[in-house]
Amino acid sequence: MIARIVVTPKPVVNDPQGITVKQGLATLGFREVSDVRIGKYIEVSLEASSEHEARQRVESMCKQLLANHVIEDYHFEIETDGHRRK
Amino acid sequence: MKFGVVVFPGTWSDRDCGWVIDQVLGAELQYLWHKDADLKGSDCVILPGGFAYGDYLRTGAIARFAPVMEKIEEFADRGGLVWGICNGFQILCEAGLLPGALIRNASLEYRCQWTNLAVERTDLQFTSKCTEREVIRVPISHGEGNYFADPATLSRLEQRGQVVFRYCDDTGHVTNNANPNGSMHNIAGIVNARGNVLGMMPHPERCAEAELGGTDGLKLFRSVAESAMKVLVS
Repeated sequence: MIARIVVTPKPVVNDPQGITVKQGLATLGFREVSDVRIGKYIEVSLEASSEHEARQRVESMCKQLLANHVIEDYHFEIETDGHRRK
Repeated sequence: MKFGVVVFPGTWSDRDCGWVIDQVLGAELQYLWHKDADLKGSDCVILPGGFAYGDYLRTGAIARFAPVMEKIEEFADRGGLVWGICNGFQILCEAGLLPGALIRNASLEYRCQWTNLAVERTDLQFTSKCTEREVIRVPISHGEGNYFADPATLSRLEQRGQVVFRYCDDTGHVTNNANPNGSMHNIAGIVNARGNVLGMMPHPERCAEAELGGTDGLKLFRSVAESAMKVLVS
């Protein structure tokens, strides 16, 4: 199975990278952009007997290491027939 | 007084700390490898600056799982002195030994410059040689030193007087202009509630000899060395 995990800075955390990219987009003429937040995408391949089990394990990975709960939020999806993106 | 300086793959300030302890202070020094599950009788453990494990994922995120960290957590629980400098501060936050987190500098720039710090606690074993409200000059060198904590944590830190160092101007005024990285409340260093775990972004080991432009950093090393002597005597 494949877990596709997205980690983002919490809304209350200032994201200087996002602000800078937003300014860059404005310079290029994308004035409709109201906000940009930059996070991380993490792909984890794992063995699990069910989607439920995979979900629990990935949840635990996010809590213990992949995200820092002080500054980051996360969400993920599990693909039971997923393959690594080439 | 025995200082233990922890070395992770990617640590770079270990020898600078070691030089100050050994050559300037004349105290006992030992390096602790990250795989050591033994602090070898250290009285004060220093987590120095650098990029432990390449700072992969987040600064300090992988280092906190090193075998030596488990021993450091036990040591801190027993009241042992733990001092995180720069990357060491980031590791202590990741490990939960100190609250909050250090995020990307607001300027997005890596900042390597002198800063002025208002010393707000002089009753600690780390700062006893400083005078009340003293302004010390200590350099910073980091890309991720922007201190963040949620409002409840921040107000708890302030109420309990856990902010030890704050970026200020040379007259001691805490201003936005004196803040090099966007840290909340100009925080440059904090201590845990018990007062035995200190984390700070500036580098005292880089200003412990006049040849390097200042000696204010030596005051902190002297404080630790002398407070340990007092414990031995009493």
